[in-house]
Amino acid sequence: MSTRVHLDRRGFLTVSLLGGTALAFDACVPLSAQGAEQGAGQGAPGVLNAFVRIAPDNAITIGAKNPEIGQGIRTMLPMLIAEELDADWAQVRIAQTLADDAVYGPQVAGGSRATPVNWLPMRRVGAAARQMILNAAAAEWGVEAATLTTERGHVVAAASGRRAPYAAFAVRAAALPAPDMATVPLKAARDFRIIGTAQPGVDTPAIVAGKPLFGIDTDLPNMVHAAIAISPVFGGTITALDDAAVRAIPGVVAVVRLNSGLAAANGADDAVAVVADSWWTAAQARQKLAIAWAPPAAGGDHATASYERTAATLLDGEPRHDLARIGDAAAALKGAHRVVTARYDYPFLAHATLEPQNCTALFADGKLELWAPSQAPAAGRKATARALGIAPEAITIHMPRIGGGFGRRLMNDYMVQAALIAKAVPGRPVKLLYDRTDDIRHDCYRPAGWHRLTAGLDAKGAIAAITDHFVSFGHDGEPAIAAEMSPFEFPAQLVPAVHYGATYMPTTMPTGWLRAPTSNAMAFTFQGFLDEVALAAGCDLPELLRRTLGEPRTLPPPERGAAFDTGRARRVIDAVCTRAGWRGGRATPGGAKTGKGRGFGFYFSHAGYFAEVVDITVVDKTTIRVDKVWVAGDVGSHVINPLNAVHQVQGSVIDGIAQALAGQKIDVVAGAVAQENFGDFPLLRIDAAPRAVDVTFVPSDAAPTGLGEPALPPVIPAIANAVFDATGRRLRSLPLRLA
Amino acid sequence: MPEQGVPMSVTITVNGMPRTIDVDPDKPLLWALREDMKLPGTKFGCGAGLCGACTVMMDGDAIRACQTPVGSIAGKAVTTIEHVATTPVGRRVSEAWAALDVPQCGYCQAGQIMSATALLTQIPAPTPEQIDGAMSGNICRCATYLRIRAAIAKAATGEAA
Repeated sequence: MSTRVHLDRRGFLTVSLLGGTALAFDACVPLSAQGAEQGAGQGAPGVLNAFVRIAPDNAITIGAKNPEIGQGIRTMLPMLIAEELDADWAQVRIAQTLADDAVYGPQVAGGSRATPVNWLPMRRVGAAARQMILNAAAAEWGVEAATLTTERGHVVAAASGRRAPYAAFAVRAAALPAPDMATVPLKAARDFRIIGTAQPGVDTPAIVAGKPLFGIDTDLPNMVHAAIAISPVFGGTITALDDAAVRAIPGVVAVVRLNSGLAAANGADDAVAVVADSWWTAAQARQKLAIAWAPPAAGGDHATASYERTAATLLDGEPRHDLARIGDAAAALKGAHRVVTARYDYPFLAHATLEPQNCTALFADGKLELWAPSQAPAAGRKATARALGIAPEAITIHMPRIGGGFGRRLMNDYMVQAALIAKAVPGRPVKLLYDRTDDIRHDCYRPAGWHRLTAGLDAKGAIAAITDHFVSFGHDGEPAIAAEMSPFEFPAQLVPAVHYGATYMPTTMPTGWLRAPTSNAMAFTFQGFLDEVALAAGCDLPELLRRTLGEPRTLPPPERGAAFDTGRARRVIDAVCTRAGWRGGRATPGGAKTGKGRGFGFYFSHAGYFAEVVDITVVDKTTIRVDKVWVAGDVGSHVINPLNAVHQVQGSVIDGIAQALAGQKIDVVAGAVAQENFGDFPLLRIDAAPRAVDVTFVPSDAAPTGLGEPALPPVIPAIANAVFDATGRRLRSLPLRLA
Repeated sequence: MPEQGVPMSVTITVNGMPRTIDVDPDKPLLWALREDMKLPGTKFGCGAGLCGACTVMMDGDAIRACQTPVGSIAGKAVTTIEHVATTPVGRRVSEAWAALDVPQCGYCQAGQIMSATALLTQIPAPTPEQIDGAMSGNICRCATYLRIRAAIAKAATGEAA
């Protein structure tokens, strides 16, 4: 099918013949205020343009608009359209759209936002198309539209028993005005036939057959390949380059120097790309480049060891910046019945998507075409246009399937690099591909952080005060990306006296969002610490949380993000405790002997409430093995695709286990990353995966929210708390190590 | 001995067909498959034999194509993901993978399927420990491991695990 839709801001269907055979119509609907994601509209009302095509044989093709990184969005968003269109899902075909947010609305794989952003707009797109088909059928048959109904891609007249496929009315429907998107009737939940049913991924058969789906598989006529040498030291610059030997190698097409002045603003350092007729040739030739690099002029001791020393000193002092002040925490701590204090920390992490960063670019006649595995193609378009000095409209972006995102591909540094290389070899498509070491050493890292926490308990065992001094990275008093801490960090809204403050150190490390950003670190810190507080309060963590949560109510919302509902939190905590048979205390009497332990963690992030219980075994007093995990989650009224939902939760949980136990840690030495591959940045392997991850969804009245992230954070503290249960040792530093 | 960096003619049997390519004999089989034979189903993950994304079968064994110089396997028979479902075991594995909707992002799955097929070719009814042992060289960053285990068990027995 054509992947390009006409943008028609007046909001009606347009008909066109595509390829001479297929009839297409585009449902153009105004972007509803409810669906508008911050920043997408830029003041002017944007339009959301969903794409429905009905072929003469009644095959229905639905456009999938968002980047697919393994979160199942290419299946889920079309399910919403198909539901209200009343299509037969088994007959629906899916086509990836181009990246163009003026046409399609927000196209971001980030923040677990696609579900809340699209829940109503995508359904309205389907409902509007169905309504137009009904109106066309009514005109054709000379009856009132209200007397007609639909059934799996067919219009049915109940009175006469007449029945015809949608295709019979597609031309006529496309000429009709679209209904008002704000008021187009939607199905009652009890009538859902697709939403809430388990649907395998639309690409699963092609993946299993090894079809070329991914960015790295992009293959174009006359294409050349690029390998890249990026400044090993962050912020470094090239002082001298000798590429004579490289240019003499057969197959080498060009050597391209990428200037940081263009690229650095977009997160990329100085670099040299070798372009050749094969990537293997380019990668081999790259090793023969003679490049002299200079470290950044600003200097500074950028190394893990010095960061750790500085952080330890800073933690002893007072925070430079207040994040939250409620009541008089210092006084409340002085008057507390018991006081608990502890320090927690966690390292830099790389994303390590299994498909290394890559992008294919073709620059010709002042226009750029990109095949970009990007989680945020709209941001990539802006960055690329700026770097090349061309208009954003001169860039066409295709969205191949993406071999893992985890937040890495929210940054578009590799996209800018590919575009700059393409500009140097105009008229020829060039595919830039990082090798694994490039990928690990030129990431945007989850920032390391250090915390000094103190809590005071009153005589009844309730939290009377909590303080945290958070040390991480930033500049000019502002946190680096993903080094933010929310003033609402749980349990701030539920404790009478709070002081959260932060101190930021400078760093040359580029930082970025890693799946469940900030939450993946804060959950470990706060739920680990609260387990210690619970012990001091003479109860277990679920009970301390119940005491703290109090009556079911919705708390005032933060500036950004969802309001916290204590009742929803309470329900998932209770649900997982029931499911896991949580009795508190040690899972197995004599746990120290058997090595068995059980831990609990709860976290609210990305509008999702998740409580998790973990059973572990400590083997030979050194190895922590997760045996089983129970999860209870509340992501609203509907789980749109329950099959993929369970997969997302299980994957998130095991991803969290990897952060806790696989030994992942990025170290900086003299301004450069020390790790280079999966040998020293290990990912979790199948033999370390738990035997089972039991998933229960606890429905609520809230509109559905996303599942890519919120199940990850609680498992990390649950493991640390289980280690304490098993061994009596409190592990307050990630990755968790007993030896 | 072939001279390093100098192209030579190499013939290997790929997916049942003899293929002759002029290639640097040091070029890894992975890149010969992807670039010279236009078989991109086999994936590049680490280039160091650590992740298993490039796994193919050679004469019935799972090997890492990124660590196999193409000049070293002249005359051998290689099976890739594009062809694995034409073998009885490979078909059962592929069908189990689809039935359980194993993939998330899908990038590692070609390598997973090749390793699973090699396992079941050699051990038709593996224990859970044997499954974990045979599959521990294949990383899945999305962590589809629970379904990988179940799909192998299903392919082995013909029943859902």
